[in-house]
Amino acid sequence: MKTLLMHRDRDFDLQCRLPSHEQDLVQDLELDTLFQAMAAGDPFLLEVARKAVLSALDNDAETILYRQDVLRDCLKHPAVIRDLYGLAVETLESEKKNYWSIFSRYPSSILYRSIEVMQMLVGMLRRLKAIEEAQGGAFESEGFRAFFAMIRGELGEDYFARVGYHLGELKFRDGVLISAGLDRGGKGTNYTLRTPRYKKEGWLQRIFSGRPRQYTVTVHERDESGARALSELRDRGINGVANALAQSVDHIVGFFNLLRTELAFYVGCLNLQEQLARLGEPLSFPVPAAPGERRHSCTGLYDACLALTLKQTVVANDVDADGKTLVIVTGANQGGKTVFLRSIGLAQLMMQCGMFVPARSFRSGVCDGLFTHFRREEDPGMKSGKLDEELARMSAIADRITSNSMVLFNESFAATNEREGSEIAGQITRALVEKGIRVFYVTHLYAFARGLYDGRAGSALFLRAERRDDGGRTFRIVEGEPLQTSYGEDLYYGIFGKRPAGG
Amino acid sequence: MTLCSILFKGADSGGFPVARDAPAYFADLNLDQIVDAVTAGRQDYDLHPFYCTPLRDPDAIRYRQEIFRDLESGSLYGRISAFTQQMRSMRGHLARAQRLHYPRQRNRWFLGAVDMYTDAVNGLAQGLTLETLTSRGFLDFRDYVTGYVQSDRFAALQAQTKALIADLASVRYSLHIKGNRIEVRGYEDESDYSAEVEKTFEKFKQGAVKDYRVSFSDGPDMNHIEAQILDFVARLHPQPFSALDRYCAENVDYLDGTIGRFDREVQFYLAWLEHLAPLRRAGLPFCYPQLDDACKDVHVRDAFDLALAHRLARENAPVVCNDVHLSGKERILVVTGPNQGGKTTFARTFGQLHHLACIGCPVPGREARLFLFDRIFTHFEQEEDIQNLRGKLEDDLVRIHRILDQATPASIVIINEIFTSTTLQDAMFLSRKVLEAVLALDLLCVCVTFIDELASLSEKTVSLVSAVDPANPTVRTYRIERRPADGLSYAISIAERHGLTYAGLKARIRS
Repeated sequence: MKTLLMHRDRDFDLQCRLPSHEQDLVQDLELDTLFQAMAAGDPFLLEVARKAVLSALDNDAETILYRQDVLRDCLKHPAVIRDLYGLAVETLESEKKNYWSIFSRYPSSILYRSIEVMQMLVGMLRRLKAIEEAQGGAFESEGFRAFFAMIRGELGEDYFARVGYHLGELKFRDGVLISAGLDRGGKGTNYTLRTPRYKKEGWLQRIFSGRPRQYTVTVHERDESGARALSELRDRGINGVANALAQSVDHIVGFFNLLRTELAFYVGCLNLQEQLARLGEPLSFPVPAAPGERRHSCTGLYDACLALTLKQTVVANDVDADGKTLVIVTGANQGGKTVFLRSIGLAQLMMQCGMFVPARSFRSGVCDGLFTHFRREEDPGMKSGKLDEELARMSAIADRITSNSMVLFNESFAATNEREGSEIAGQITRALVEKGIRVFYVTHLYAFARGLYDGRAGSALFLRAERRDDGGRTFRIVEGEPLQTSYGEDLYYGIFGKRPAGG
Repeated sequence: MTLCSILFKGADSGGFPVARDAPAYFADLNLDQIVDAVTAGRQDYDLHPFYCTPLRDPDAIRYRQEIFRDLESGSLYGRISAFTQQMRSMRGHLARAQRLHYPRQRNRWFLGAVDMYTDAVNGLAQGLTLETLTSRGFLDFRDYVTGYVQSDRFAALQAQTKALIADLASVRYSLHIKGNRIEVRGYEDESDYSAEVEKTFEKFKQGAVKDYRVSFSDGPDMNHIEAQILDFVARLHPQPFSALDRYCAENVDYLDGTIGRFDREVQFYLAWLEHLAPLRRAGLPFCYPQLDDACKDVHVRDAFDLALAHRLARENAPVVCNDVHLSGKERILVVTGPNQGGKTTFARTFGQLHHLACIGCPVPGREARLFLFDRIFTHFEQEEDIQNLRGKLEDDLVRIHRILDQATPASIVIINEIFTSTTLQDAMFLSRKVLEAVLALDLLCVCVTFIDELASLSEKTVSLVSAVDPANPTVRTYRIERRPADGLSYAISIAERHGLTYAGLKARIRS
């Protein structure tokens, strides 16, 4: 039995390998804020959110749409989802409470414990069945319809009856029947538990077939070593069935684990949706475009992490970069360029893991690699110069990047003088773009930006942080050619006092 | 079919004389270390006597060399080694059987041991027919084994054994355990209940999970409940068990004497080759020496101390090889030179080569021509013995006297640093006297000494010097070179290394 709520055809793997640059993504896109919002204080939800978001780049458009449908169902029936999740959590906690005792190296103890836990699990499966009966019909997504159909099909009354019968039999009130052979040393071997024939044939037939020859060993009540030998023989006989039942317990626990894990992602989405809805921020389901199409357009795109941090609505931008592979962002300091860049990256990740995105509308090509190259603090170890460090990080990206990737540069290669920095940035950018890689580049390097602008083909889009004529910032990003100054002066005077008259 | 020995040409019984104790020179030459290392893990075979007893008959030595050569070519070594492993397991099995308490079980183990024996012998006979053999020893033995395997006695033993094993393996029974009673009855093909339970929960299978099966400590012994059950099983299936009783009574002497002897004696060869294998992998050469009991010319290329090489190879350290040449009238190798330069090692090597050659083994070296000696005498420095009332010098003299008394012209004498406990003048005088006696006997001798003058005593002496690296005199090369003793003291270079030269020590002593 599989839950299949994250993928149509396989389990969600909580142990999956994350891209080796996950740290950079988390740091540069402020993803911890997103994870915290999804977790709402639950460490397990945090873990699942982290894994799901950071492994998002492995998903194809089909998976994205599959999850979007499941998520729509969740948004329609949040209470049922939280019930199901609660049931899974309760099951797993009850299982943990049933400790393994120190006697668990005896098959009889393993069997005893497994019967106990199995009875609890059967109860939980019955509750799962009850939820299906009451609510299952209202779900529309392919994922949930398949899930509830499976519950309906596999967990019928007759099945529960059969499990109940075995759980009773396994107490062996009529004794244990074991077959055996002799090993090379004359000792018993291949002890195998057998179903006594009378269970199948009935007593009557048994009586007519004649009583077989048999000999009886009776262990005297004071014969302690004899009693030990007897119980060891019995243990050898039930070793296999104890294992089978204990493993079945593990499998059912595994099913609940999977249910919990896959639902955890959607519960995280519900948590996030509730918080952003309270702030009055819009959410929408994005349209994943085929990788080959150069699609990147959105309206009302905002940085959800910033909104969650400030606990208020934040500036939103519209971008139409359809048909473009390069987007250069220049303009005023503290004009919202970094926030804009983050919102691009965050929306891409959220779309790719099947979530809604923080925008009124969003359409983008699915990519299989998302890289960030943000300016960093000085290397505290003094191991390398700043430019050297930046180039080393770029080199690491180059090791992993594929042509269907997206790179977000934030003030990269500005650690040297402008001419050199521009030359490096220019050469790197040209190489990436020619390989078909989507590049978003926030820069102060005027020579770099201007060079691209002057020699531009139709594949580049130039954006600028908006600045009002009085020097005030709107934090909006609008289309515009690169300008010589980045208004550092503005900032200086904003902090140090008034601009001289006439300046 | 004649009884044959793989160690002794034409031996009709185990009556060939072997030394029980190691010769006196064993410890001085580190041969005891070599033999201990070679026989490690093979104590059961009692191989020491074979390694301790040099042979005097050149053909007896050739007999063994032929066998070594057969074992070194093709797959014979692997076959013989596998056979002796099987025999070893068989003996272990039998020994364990003897400690079992219940007769039915003991009998079943005996049956297993015989089965292992017949399998081993069959495998050996088949394997030997596939080999191209040239040694007299193995050709004779192959004839013997082929005849033995084809004998009625062996064929009957094998057939009986296999049939009985199959009968016992097919026995099935059931136990019904309830409360304190166990009912033993026939097996009636009832269905496997674990499989049924597994099937019930199959739909939840989620990939690999923990294995909860408990492994029971399955020693060979039975407890009394198991024994009682076995008795009842025997009553349910009387035929195979009564056959087993008869079988055990009839086949007590199943093991053939010649096969048993071969199993032990062939270990002499296997152990030696096993010991050489890692050294060969490390690039060290071994060869079959040519032995002469008349001409005293000795020529060895790239010889080395086997005991030292064994240690160095384990540490991955390089082993230095040296040549040995004595021709014409030359009899005495006088070795001088710096301390810790490999002089004693060289002296040991000379002795080891001769002993090992005379027990028929391949020896350390690229090629070797050696002398077939009658006895080896060694005189190495000894700890002062408190029980011994004589002084050290006197003791040295007593020991050397005893040696010269017993030595013959066919003997080998190895003298390592004697008379160190007296003045140089005394030492020179005494050493000269001893060497003169050695010269008079015309025997082969190695003399390690600090007295350079001895190196040029006579036309029969050859001067060897332990060499140092010319570029850096503090580095020893461990090479022994044939050249005049030059009297240079290398002790100063060792002192320098420790910062104890005049200048060095002076600088360290503060005023």
